[in-house]
Parts: sequence; structure tokens; C-alpha cells
Amino acid sequence: MEAATLPIPTWRANLATIGALMARARNEILRVPGAAIPGVLAPTIFFLGLNGVFGALTELRGFEVGSYESFLVPVSMLQGAGFTGAAAGVNLARDIEQGWLDRLLVSPAPRWVLLAGTVLAASTRALIPATFVLAIALPLGAGWPGIDGLLVTYLMVAAMAAVAACWGSMLALRFKSQSAAPLMQSGMMALVLFTTAYAPLALLQPWLADVAEVNPVTEVVEAARQGFVGGVTWAGTWPGLVALVALLAVLGSLALREMRRTNV
Amino acid sequence: MSGLATNLRVVRALGLRSIRQTFRRPQLMAPILVFPTLLLAIQTGGAGSAVDLPGFPPVQSFLQFMLAGAMMQALMLAGNSGGIALAVDLEMGFVDRLFAAPIARYTIVLGRLAGTAALGLLSALWFFAIGIAFGAEIEGGIAGAAIAVLLVTATAMAVGGIGSAIALRTGTASVVQGLFPLVLVVLFLSSAFFPVDLMIEPARTIAEYNPFSFIAEGVREPIVAGIDARDTAEALLAIAAIVALGMGLSARALRHRLRVG
Repeated sequence: MEAATLPIPTWRANLATIGALMARARNEILRVPGAAIPGVLAPTIFFLGLNGVFGALTELRGFEVGSYESFLVPVSMLQGAGFTGAAAGVNLARDIEQGWLDRLLVSPAPRWVLLAGTVLAASTRALIPATFVLAIALPLGAGWPGIDGLLVTYLMVAAMAAVAACWGSMLALRFKSQSAAPLMQSGMMALVLFTTAYAPLALLQPWLADVAEVNPVTEVVEAARQGFVGGVTWAGTWPGLVALVALLAVLGSLALREMRRTNV
Repeated sequence: MSGLATNLRVVRALGLRSIRQTFRRPQLMAPILVFPTLLLAIQTGGAGSAVDLPGFPPVQSFLQFMLAGAMMQALMLAGNSGGIALAVDLEMGFVDRLFAAPIARYTIVLGRLAGTAALGLLSALWFFAIGIAFGAEIEGGIAGAAIAVLLVTATAMAVGGIGSAIALRTGTASVVQGLFPLVLVVLFLSSAFFPVDLMIEPARTIAEYNPFSFIAEGVREPIVAGIDARDTAEALLAIAAIVALGMGLSARALRHRLRVG
């Protein structure tokens, strides 16, 4: 007598689908490692270049951090997250162009699951450039952030990549073309760098200080930076978390809206 | 018709095609103007206090100082995109058809470089417009601005020559596109974004000998101080060296491509 086949619970099926989409993204790294190089190289070059060029800024009155490497490394890690998230959008656009997304759309998987797979894969993948930049920065003089500082920074990096992936996915679903890539990348670059990325708020030009004050990513940068330039505190961490949750809620909703509007 | 006149006509036709192609696809132009403009805004706003550092040359503002850096970045990206466009022509078989035509081989590269020069010219004018709109003064006046525009356009062509050589050698757009990070490396290791004397080692020593530092200074001097014959001459010499390198590499790559097919 054959045993009756029990239906798989929906939540398990959804988790399995997300896992499969993440595995596909991971396979891409393993099979085409060269594709990950630009995402790793760009933030590293920015770190080394900006440090070599603007390192003397620490001599300015009001710049209270002695090492520009320590000041800059969390920004480069977040920049890597931005590039990685934007690359997830470019990959989704490629999937749309090649018809792969159409096949996913006719599957029984809910739209939010398809989006979650892309976004979570980007979150995980962002840890590669972040670790690479950190490995370069520490021997060059960046301060050790401590385990708590490191955990907070990695959390910010992973969540920032998710934000960037939502942004990239939204644009990919809207334009359905890889030619939207510059918009995906420049949007994230602006979001991360129109902050206290280069200098403390007091030393920014007034117009940029105004922008940085209203840019939620400034809180993310400050939270990610705290371990490198001082100690980790809850007061220094929660504004970054709130900013990321808000960004994820807004950009995630917009990306999901585009995903739901996409027809086969 | 003489051979030279024919070749000039071919360069003109290919150049017009290249320019039309460039301006027909704004998504190709966007990174050349958008990224440097974004970085100009970020660096001017973020590191603007650098003008207060001891040893920083006298300038009206950091924006005035940074205009040359933004132009350098845009022209490097223009040169890179010229290489990508030639590689796409190779991938699509268009260059093979030109090889079969009774024209001189160098016209193929020169025609493509016309589009790159147009982008270089556009980027120079774009950043002058932005600088003037946001209050930067051009100390060298119209003549100084004209010198800077000419240097930027000529450098875009020179860099495009190297991009073309790589495109001819590899025949793959993605390889040429992959050179984008190198563009940033070359610029960070030059005086494009900061005075050499205030840079940190080893970037400082490399920047002192980087030919792009001479070009950056040649473009910057008419903007921040006025026309300086020595700076202009050094920039022209550096451009000539890059042109010679690009021509040599292109000629070699062309010979290789014709030999192996």
C-alpha cells in the first residue's frame, strides 16, 4: 500500500525557493569568479585611492580621528554593498532579457519570494567585498573595530546590500534592460557618498552637510564606523538600524510593486 | 582622387558614424558625464575644507581646483567607451567588412577616435558649464578655457587610442569594459584630484611621474591661475607620449588581428 503524499507546507516551499535562488547566485560566483571582481575591485580601489589622495584631511582642525584609513574603511565596505546590490539588479535585468524571469513568474512561487531570493543573495554576497576591503585596510593602518564593532559593521553592510538590491530590482523590473545599470549604480553611489563619507559633518561644505543630515544613510555610515573610530554604543547603533528598516520598507515595497506588475 | 584624400573621406565617414552612434545611445554617454559629476559634487562638498591645509596651492575654491579632475575622469571614461564601441564593431563583424574594403587600416581606428574626441569635447564643455554655474572663476579667461578644452579633447583621443589597441587585440567588449577600475587607479595615482605635495606615499611618488599628472596640471593651470606655457607644453608632451603608445599598440594589434584573422 502506498503512503499518502503530504502536501509541503507553503512556508517550507517558499523557504526552499528562496534557498534555491540564493544557491543560483552563489553558483554564479563559483562558476564565473571573474564576474565578482569588479564588485570587489571598485570599493578597494576607492579605498586605496581616496586614502592616498585625501589622507591629509586628518590634519584639519576638527577632524578628530587620527587615521583616515579607520575613517574611510566602513564607507568602502558600504560602497561595496551598494555595488553588489546594484549588480543584483543588473543580473535581474539580464534574467528578464533572457526570459529566465518569465519562467519563474509562471511558477507557483509568490512574487515576494522571487524578490526575497534576489535580495538575500545580494546581502550574503556583499560580505565578500566587505571582507576583502577590510583585509586590505587593517594592515594599512585601520583600527581593529572589536568583535562588536565588526558585527555591527557587517550587519550594516548586509542590510545596505539588501537596500541596494531592492533599488536595483525595482529599476530592472521597470526598465527591463541592463542599460539601466548606470542608474542603479549611480543611485547607490550617491546614497552612500552624500553622507559623512569623506569628512565629519562639521567639515563638510554647508550644502553637503544639509544633504547628509537628511540622508538616512548618514546614520548607517556612522553606525558602521563607530567601532573603527571609538566604541560601539546602542545610541550609535539604533539610528542606523531604523534608517535601514525604513529604506528597506520603502524600496522593498516599490520593488515588490514592480514585481507584481510584471506580466509574462 | 589621391590616396590621402580618399583616406580622409573614409575617416570623415567613419567619424560621423561614430559620433552619431555615440549620441544616439544616451545610456553610453550617461556614465561618462553622470559618474564624474557625482564625484565632483561629493568630493567638492566632502573634502572642500582641504583648501585650508597648509601647502594647498592658492585657489578660489575647491570646486575650481577639482574641475580639471572631473574633466580628466570624464575623458578617461570617454576613451574607455571608444574602445568598447570598437570592440562591439569587431564582435558584430563590422570591422571585418572594413578590412575587406580598399581603405587604409589606420582610418578604421582614426574614424572611431572621432567619436571619442567628440565625447571629450562635450565633457570639457559640460564641466566648464557646471563650474561657471556654481561660481568657479576661469582665471585664464576664454583663451585659457580654450586651451583646457583642447587638451581634454586631445587626451580623450589619446586614451581612446589605447582603448582601441586593447579592443583590436582582444576583440571583446567585456574585456575593454573591465578596464574601468584601471581608469580610477590611474587617476587616483595622479594629481587629478589633489596636489601631489599633499598626497600620501606611495601615491605621491607615483603621481610625480604619472603622465596624467602633467595633463591634469596643464588643464588645471588655465582654470586656477592663468595660462602657463611650461605647464601647457608638459601636458602636450605627455599627450604625445600617450598618442605614440596608443598608435604603436594599435598598429601591433591590427597586424596581429590581420595575421590570425
